[in-house]
Amino acid sequence: MSTPANAHGDSPATTEPGVVAAAGDNEAQRREQLLSVENVTLTFGGVKAISDISFNILKGEIRAIIGPNGAGKTSMLNVINGFYHPQKGRISYKGKTRKRMKPYQAASSGIARTFQNVALFSGMSTLDNIMSGRSLKMKRGLIWQMLHVGPARREEIAHREHVEHIIDFLEIAHIRKQPVGKLPYGLQKRVELGRAMAMEPELLLLDEPMAGMNLEEKEDMSRFILDLNSEFGTTIALIEHDMGVVMDLADRVVVLDYGQKIADGTPAEVQSNQNVIDAYLGVAH
Amino acid sequence: MNKPVNEQLLEIGGQAQSLPSVPHYLLRNAERYRDKIAMRHKDLGIWREWTWADLLVEVRRFSLGLAQLGLQPGDKVAIIGNNRPRLYWTFAAVQAIGGVPVPVYADSVAEEMGYVLDHAGIRFAVCQDQEQVDKVLSLQDKLVGLEYLIYDEDRGLRAYDQNQVLAFDYVQTLGDQAVERDVGAVASWCDAIDNIKPDELCVMLYTSGTTGRPKGVMLSHRNLILTCLNANRFDSLSDREETIAYLPLAWVGDHVFSYGQSYTAGYCVCCPESPDTVTSDRREIAPSYFFAPPRVFENLLTSITVNMEDAGRVKRKMFDYFINVANKHGEKILNGERVSPIGSLMYGLGRIFVYGPLKNRLGMSKVRVAYTAGEAIGPDIFRFYRSLGINLKQLYGQTEASVYITAQPDGQIDADTVGTPSLDVEIQIADNGEVMYRSPGVFLGYYKNDEATQSTKTADGWVHTGDAGFIDDAGHLRIIDRSKDVGKLNDGGLFPPKYIENKLKFFSDIKEVVAFGDGRDYVSVFVNIDLTAVANWAERNNIVYGSYQELAAHPDVYEMVHAHVKKVNADLAAEPRVASAQIKRFLVLHKELDADDGELTRTLKVRRNFIVERYGELIDALYSDKTEQFVSTTVTFEDGRSGKIEATVQIQDVEGFNHHAVHSAAEVSA
Repeated sequence: MSTPANAHGDSPATTEPGVVAAAGDNEAQRREQLLSVENVTLTFGGVKAISDISFNILKGEIRAIIGPNGAGKTSMLNVINGFYHPQKGRISYKGKTRKRMKPYQAASSGIARTFQNVALFSGMSTLDNIMSGRSLKMKRGLIWQMLHVGPARREEIAHREHVEHIIDFLEIAHIRKQPVGKLPYGLQKRVELGRAMAMEPELLLLDEPMAGMNLEEKEDMSRFILDLNSEFGTTIALIEHDMGVVMDLADRVVVLDYGQKIADGTPAEVQSNQNVIDAYLGVAH
Repeated sequence: MNKPVNEQLLEIGGQAQSLPSVPHYLLRNAERYRDKIAMRHKDLGIWREWTWADLLVEVRRFSLGLAQLGLQPGDKVAIIGNNRPRLYWTFAAVQAIGGVPVPVYADSVAEEMGYVLDHAGIRFAVCQDQEQVDKVLSLQDKLVGLEYLIYDEDRGLRAYDQNQVLAFDYVQTLGDQAVERDVGAVASWCDAIDNIKPDELCVMLYTSGTTGRPKGVMLSHRNLILTCLNANRFDSLSDREETIAYLPLAWVGDHVFSYGQSYTAGYCVCCPESPDTVTSDRREIAPSYFFAPPRVFENLLTSITVNMEDAGRVKRKMFDYFINVANKHGEKILNGERVSPIGSLMYGLGRIFVYGPLKNRLGMSKVRVAYTAGEAIGPDIFRFYRSLGINLKQLYGQTEASVYITAQPDGQIDADTVGTPSLDVEIQIADNGEVMYRSPGVFLGYYKNDEATQSTKTADGWVHTGDAGFIDDAGHLRIIDRSKDVGKLNDGGLFPPKYIENKLKFFSDIKEVVAFGDGRDYVSVFVNIDLTAVANWAERNNIVYGSYQELAAHPDVYEMVHAHVKKVNADLAAEPRVASAQIKRFLVLHKELDADDGELTRTLKVRRNFIVERYGELIDALYSDKTEQFVSTTVTFEDGRSGKIEATVQIQDVEGFNHHAVHSAAEVSA
């Protein structure tokens, strides 16, 4: 089975010819910076949700953002995808620094996300939900699509094929036609991931992809995330509470606490960092 | 491009005219049924098709590729995965160069799989996906002969060692290159097929083994071909049939239905999109020939019942009414007996309103012949399907017989029998009541296990089935139980465990039962509830539960099971032969019996001895006056890790019936 024509085909950063990257190229690709957050501060009235945080995300890596409740993780994701606008600091994505970005601009520039609480169209089928992720890629306007002839039809077939690859990838063929509202939570999370994948994102933001799942579902989800990263080269930033999962999945971890960055590094480094241990286990202030 | 097939028929076995080997049939079909669809597979939501001519090309490319990799005649090739076209092609591709395919249960845990792969001495393994490749690689240290792993689905596998782990496509390209280098390669491939002798080893199937280690059953081309030809003749199966392949590849049934019979008859085999989509895929395909173990029919009926209970009042009324009509007239109509004009009119209406749509839902609207085997099927379940007009029949078979021992001829159906001897099969009942048979399908022997071969197969070709049974007046075989399992209670009463278990399992709330009683004072049972059915019942009755364990221990569930056991006791009391085997105590197990924990075989039969060992304390409690017992069980996950489940299991007493009391009650009500 062929890989979906995908991932970096339209990305300007792709310079190496061919798809198969030798180990050396891979390393070069890894060092390239996809997104950087510099001295970002976000306040809501008097509350500082994020204060003066800097970190970066490299192309092709799995980057985890962890921290205790209220540490500012979700706010950070919302800043990255343009939902919140930080009062201070800069965010550059693919080398372009931006001041203010709307979520739809973020989406069209290749950032997709899933939500902490599943946000699907519950009355629509799995297939339609994932198809909705393709809407940004649809070129034909409303009239064409209503007529459903010629180019519009061809376009839909091409998108449908792409979506079928995603359904196959996520092993959800058996629920293709079922309304998602009736599905168990673990499967809804998978559909949501599918919808985000449908955008062929370069950067995928996952907000607690494994919250509320049992062990088996977590293992499945971890496998999908790893495969997604290795097969399609998608860069992934994820928030997760399950430390075991984070340590297994992530290449690098940034740790937040009370809106501040307290550690940044490989899982092993972070795990042995005293600040992190204190933040998680609590310490007398 | 194809070499003309040698259409000269060889006479093997003295009666049927047949070709000498399965690959011969591939060559024949590619010519005779050139443009007929041989195989379908649903991929990316679309059914893809291969004609017999396409199939030959695919098989030949792969086969030549295998030869390029150095596969020699006699080499064993493991096939591990779900029902996918490429895995079916592998059978023929390996056989064409004289190799021996060894299908392995895809869901076996690594250790179990290791035993089979090691015992068979496999050289290549063809795996479906990363999961199976990983499993085999984890066993690599123990598998000395293993050289190449070939995979079908490439996801996650590109980073693997390309010198050892190869893509199916890549191997086919190797085959193409061989043809490019030497145009004669195709012709010599066909010549090699012509040299296959009917008595050569065709396939090795490991029995799932209710006791002890799996044994490798060796079947020859002659075994497989003659049995399949006879089976095709018995049910007049032709190249027009369609069937869906969804049962484990390693199981002899699937090998015969989806491979042997398909090649010999030339009919089409459809592979579902995934194991989870079988029901909807079957509906799209509407097979004409269908096989399923009783469990599948039970599950389907459970889901119908559950759905009907959730349906609106009008629909439910209509369903109940017409199912009653079907109960009265359906079987008679199917058997071609006379029915009153009103009856046939009502049945006709039922067909329009209920049976037709229902059969369509089940994907059985075109079924001409459906079989169930492997275990006893509940008479009510069996009759239900037949009354809808589905020609469901029973057969009795074994891996050692290439499946067919007996089968029910059309129109001679009885829920309690397994039919008359299949074509060319002889049956005799040994002095101890054991069923024995002799047929052209009788296996060559167990691989590397002469001892077992000699104790199973006599010098003149009779095979011990291990099942006790008798032939009734109509010439139909009835199976009582596994002869090893039938025991005696301390008061001398007969204890047929299967018989009791099946009676209980016929309730849709009960999934599995294990009965004890041999050498005991009374009969007691373990019960496993059926989660689908009981969960739905719980929902309707506002019963809140957090887990399987909690639901199983719920007082209302106990009350329900209690009622079922009581009903079974009443049934047993009505039969003098087994009246003393009434159930005195029962418990509902806190976990589902699972093949991964070794409690069931891969074909989901109960492994009695293992359960006796594992749940010794629960059994002791059943034979004491305790009302509850604490138990801690280790469970194994599919990846080999293990965890623990602990529970305090309740035990209940059930009242029995007096044989005469039931009798007189029946008379009064009559």
